[in-house]
Amino acid sequence: MDAVLLAFNMVFSVKTLIPVFFAALFGLFVGAVPGLTATMATALLVPVTFFMEPIPAIATIVTATAMAIFSGDIPGCLLRMPGTPASAAYADEAYAMTRKGQAETALGAGLVFSVIGGLFGTIVLIVSAPALAEVALKFSSFEYFWLVLLGLTCAIVISARSPLKGIVSLLIGLLIACVGLGNPAGFPRFTFGNTELMGGIGLIPLMIGMFAISEIIRFVVDTSPPLKIVDQPIHNVFKGMWALAVQYPMQVLRGSVLGTLVGALPGAGADIAAWMSYAISKKMSKEPEKFGTGHVEGIVESGAANNSAVAGAWIPALVFGIPGDSITAIVIGVLYMKNMNPGPSLFTQNPQNIYAVYMLFILANLIMIPLGWMCIKAAKKILKVPRNILMPVILLFCIVGSFAINNTPFDLTVMLVAGVVAYVMEENGFPVAPAILGVVLGGMLEENFVTSMIKADGNIFAFFERPLAAGLGVLTLAAWFLPPLIRRLRTIAGA
Amino acid sequence: VKINDAIFGAIFLLLGVVILVHVQAFPKIPGQQVGPAIFPGLVSAGLAVCGVLLIISGIRHRAEHPWHEMADWMRSPQHLLGFGAIVAGLVVYIIFAEAVGFLLLAPLLLLLWFKVLGVRTGLAIVVAVVATLVIWYTFYKLLRVPLPWGVLTKFAF
Repeated sequence: MDAVLLAFNMVFSVKTLIPVFFAALFGLFVGAVPGLTATMATALLVPVTFFMEPIPAIATIVTATAMAIFSGDIPGCLLRMPGTPASAAYADEAYAMTRKGQAETALGAGLVFSVIGGLFGTIVLIVSAPALAEVALKFSSFEYFWLVLLGLTCAIVISARSPLKGIVSLLIGLLIACVGLGNPAGFPRFTFGNTELMGGIGLIPLMIGMFAISEIIRFVVDTSPPLKIVDQPIHNVFKGMWALAVQYPMQVLRGSVLGTLVGALPGAGADIAAWMSYAISKKMSKEPEKFGTGHVEGIVESGAANNSAVAGAWIPALVFGIPGDSITAIVIGVLYMKNMNPGPSLFTQNPQNIYAVYMLFILANLIMIPLGWMCIKAAKKILKVPRNILMPVILLFCIVGSFAINNTPFDLTVMLVAGVVAYVMEENGFPVAPAILGVVLGGMLEENFVTSMIKADGNIFAFFERPLAAGLGVLTLAAWFLPPLIRRLRTIAGA
Repeated sequence: VKINDAIFGAIFLLLGVVILVHVQAFPKIPGQQVGPAIFPGLVSAGLAVCGVLLIISGIRHRAEHPWHEMADWMRSPQHLLGFGAIVAGLVVYIIFAEAVGFLLLAPLLLLLWFKVLGVRTGLAIVVAVVATLVIWYTFYKLLRVPLPWGVLTKFAF
């Protein structure tokens, strides 16, 4: 119980609550401006959290991401343009509701069911993470090797439209992780005599490049005409929400469960959770014909799903150090910087830190109600913020933020190259998420691979000797070979 | 910029092979089968294989996807200028920040970006100066990030 009290004191202190408040406003704003994503919000926050104590640092990220995923709904509803990719699944639906004069119901459902989904995901996190940590304590390098490989496989299977391009993206990430001295042999790889490269390629400038610079480039080269805001007075967004909750309890539950699960699977985050959830909602609905015409049911379900995914993604991140999505990939970087290395020992040695994370999630989701309401009220003003002024300022912020970590201009080069490469890759259908997972997990994969190889002494079957390792190994191989096998069998059966 | 998969495939194949050759020079660890070369070796071999597969799929879908397609913005001088200004601005900062200093270079770059994106001159100047000062104050004064002074070093405070 002492740890809970300790956590309570850490969370409910001025040092944490003030950053939480500002992070909430920041997250709401970033989410609500189309072209600025929740991942970008996290990447931009990292240089600032670098200078904070661990708990306030985590607090800002938790709060900002939860808020941004909700407020992404707002421009979807008023502009038909999602504020974050996580709202893209139902932006058309929300906009159709607005055209029918139901903007407040669409926004209210987005807000209320975001909170419910977020709290659901948090409860699952609280219940499952310690239990998984118990299991993780028994893991040796063999289990970790398979687990990381399984995670990377999931990232490709779920997130990539073309698995081949997903694999390429992942391999590039793994190669980036190889640069420098940070390998089991301590041999400088791919440094070409450059001392800057000895320490490896900085994660933070890389992320700022991939998630912020690429987004800025996308804005600058965007040729689509400006969107018009629907001018409609928005009154009480909470009106009728109770009725919706009573009408659609199954949808809320299904959305939250699916969202948490998809979030917890590596590589897939809130955006994929929302797409899947919206599709399932339509399939299971009693009135699927209404979907797309301004029907709130899908918004209720996928609105809950994307926010529950935010919390779900933290489960593997905290327990195994395997990020559930791009945001937690950044979070893991922050945890290492703060000496809160993810893994089961986080739960046994400093439980107060974990309790603090739980409390922060609950807090963030609860303050979302008043702050989200304020954000909806201010929505028209936020959407009028000129992006041609905003983007250059963000660009300058990126420069300073990337420089702030190691104080070297070399990191700015990393940021620029990563930004341009990420932009070109995404334009050509190469997903960025597997690359970032590769960078974050490359070291861990290699270390456990090499340790296991040494232990196995050339005997490949050693990778399957321990029951846990065998289970994970079989699961991984199944994830690799089953989907193409099933496809092949189907074509044979069909022919 | 839409580029045919085959071109990407060729690049990745080349990259994979070059790395694969490069890692052969990595030292072996006596008495062990796994050295620093094995992991990047496996990854780059995988990359080379993926490169070949991309080449095949690119050639197969040659009809729908030409070698390269210009994106809309590449035909619009205004958007090309925007893209160029962002990249060139960053390159200029990387090269000259140390010599010129943050407080001089940052507002100039902001001004350039604002003008390219069509912000009114008066507003652009005001925001460029204010944004520079706010970011400088936050990072240099509050967070103690050593942003370069450059030519203003004499006046550093």
